[in-house]
Amino acid sequence: MSPTSQSAGQPAGAGSPQPKPVLSVRNLAKAFGSNVVLRDIDLDVRRGNVVALIGPSGSGKTTVLRSLNGLETPDAGTVTFADTATGKDLSLDFSSRVAKKDISDLRDRSAMVFQHYNLFPHMTVLQNVIEGPVQVQKRKRAEAVAEAEKLLARVGLADKRDAYPFELSGGQQQRVGIVRALALKPQLLLFDEPTSALDPELVGDVLGVIQELAEEGWTMVIVTHELAFARQVADEVIFMDGGVVVERGPAAEVLRAPRQERTRQFVKRLLHEF
Amino acid sequence: MPFNWDLVWSSFGPIIAGAVTGTIPLTLASFAFGLALALLVALMRLSRNAVMSGAARFYVSVIRGTPLLVQLFVIFYGLPSLGVKLDPWPSAIIAFSLNIGGYAAEVIRAAILSVPKGQWEAGHTIGMSRGQSLRRIILPQAARVSVPPLSNTFISLVKDTSLASLILVTELFRNAQQIAAFSQEFMVLYLEAALVYWVICLALSSGQSVLEKRLDRYVAH
Repeated sequence: MSPTSQSAGQPAGAGSPQPKPVLSVRNLAKAFGSNVVLRDIDLDVRRGNVVALIGPSGSGKTTVLRSLNGLETPDAGTVTFADTATGKDLSLDFSSRVAKKDISDLRDRSAMVFQHYNLFPHMTVLQNVIEGPVQVQKRKRAEAVAEAEKLLARVGLADKRDAYPFELSGGQQQRVGIVRALALKPQLLLFDEPTSALDPELVGDVLGVIQELAEEGWTMVIVTHELAFARQVADEVIFMDGGVVVERGPAAEVLRAPRQERTRQFVKRLLHEF
Repeated sequence: MPFNWDLVWSSFGPIIAGAVTGTIPLTLASFAFGLALALLVALMRLSRNAVMSGAARFYVSVIRGTPLLVQLFVIFYGLPSLGVKLDPWPSAIIAFSLNIGGYAAEVIRAAILSVPKGQWEAGHTIGMSRGQSLRRIILPQAARVSVPPLSNTFISLVKDTSLASLILVTELFRNAQQIAAFSQEFMVLYLEAALVYWVICLALSSGQSVLEKRLDRYVAH
């Protein structure tokens, strides 16, 4: 369950000296025609850290997240993954044409959890989870099934293994979405507003699972509107607006005592909803 | 004139034989080739390559814009003047396959487009290539959507194969025609032919329901 192979010898605790970030993004930029969606985005994620991207809709936070998984192609900027195993980093420079192979390498290092789950409706829960490991990573089926069952049990869905997605509640579907991502054993987990499509009473279950993953030392980038949750799990909070980073810092600082007026307004408005 | 029951019973034999050795194999072969062609054409139309999608669009336009009978005649009676002489059976299979290829391509294209974009993205995020996503994620879902319209195409094809009688393929309707000409009992023979077509189509309709139920097992009702 825990990302042991990558975190070996590198405790993610606060006391250790800051290691090289596992992911660094520099000067990411993207525009659709004359509409600038991202401008000069920098981002560093250290192993075992959780970074929360917050901001109003249309601020570009989802586009940043999707760029990390190759679902969007930025117009400029670099994305670098440190590879501790080989010491050979993967670096993509989007200013020039990026090779297909590099995009596929980038994608292999992270796994995405979608706002609308995007489970495969024609497959059972178990088939959803083992599809990547068996079909793409070519792992042994029996092994993938055993692992999937363990992961499903962890999120309380052991008895749903043969159910189809339509038979599950939104909260259950999203937990399957999380398990599907975990089964790929990625270095980085990406969450795109994982609770925005859920009924309020189901949000807690999903956030609980994500919090456990954070405590286990998974490295994550989360786009979320749940500020209380971000304050609890995030090591760093980045507030975006209009395609730029307005403010960044430790969760407690940005959310409790924002320095920028725009952040203050945003936080105040969202906290009012609680 | 007393109704000729003997003729009714004795003529059913050759008519059903025509269905079994002509209509049904002609339909199955044409539909199988036609579907394979249709998938290829649908993917070409969806391709970002302008030449590919243009060629596919042109093909569909020609097939849908010209009568099936004319397509049959061009292949069987027309091609020999270009030095290509085909027997009735291959001519019929080629013509019907090309025809199904054009019509079913549009059905398959629409079915592929009906699968939400998030499914492609989910395939992408678990590391699949486009081809893998298409095969494992998109087409199985598109299949469910395309069963009703493709069944329509299939059932039409059964009846359209009667046109093959005009290029000398021995099938259901040609046998009926020959007995009718010989016995001069046109009404009886043509109604018999109609009945056999109808029974085949009824069987196909119930096959369609079974298939739809099977493919619907993963959607909420």
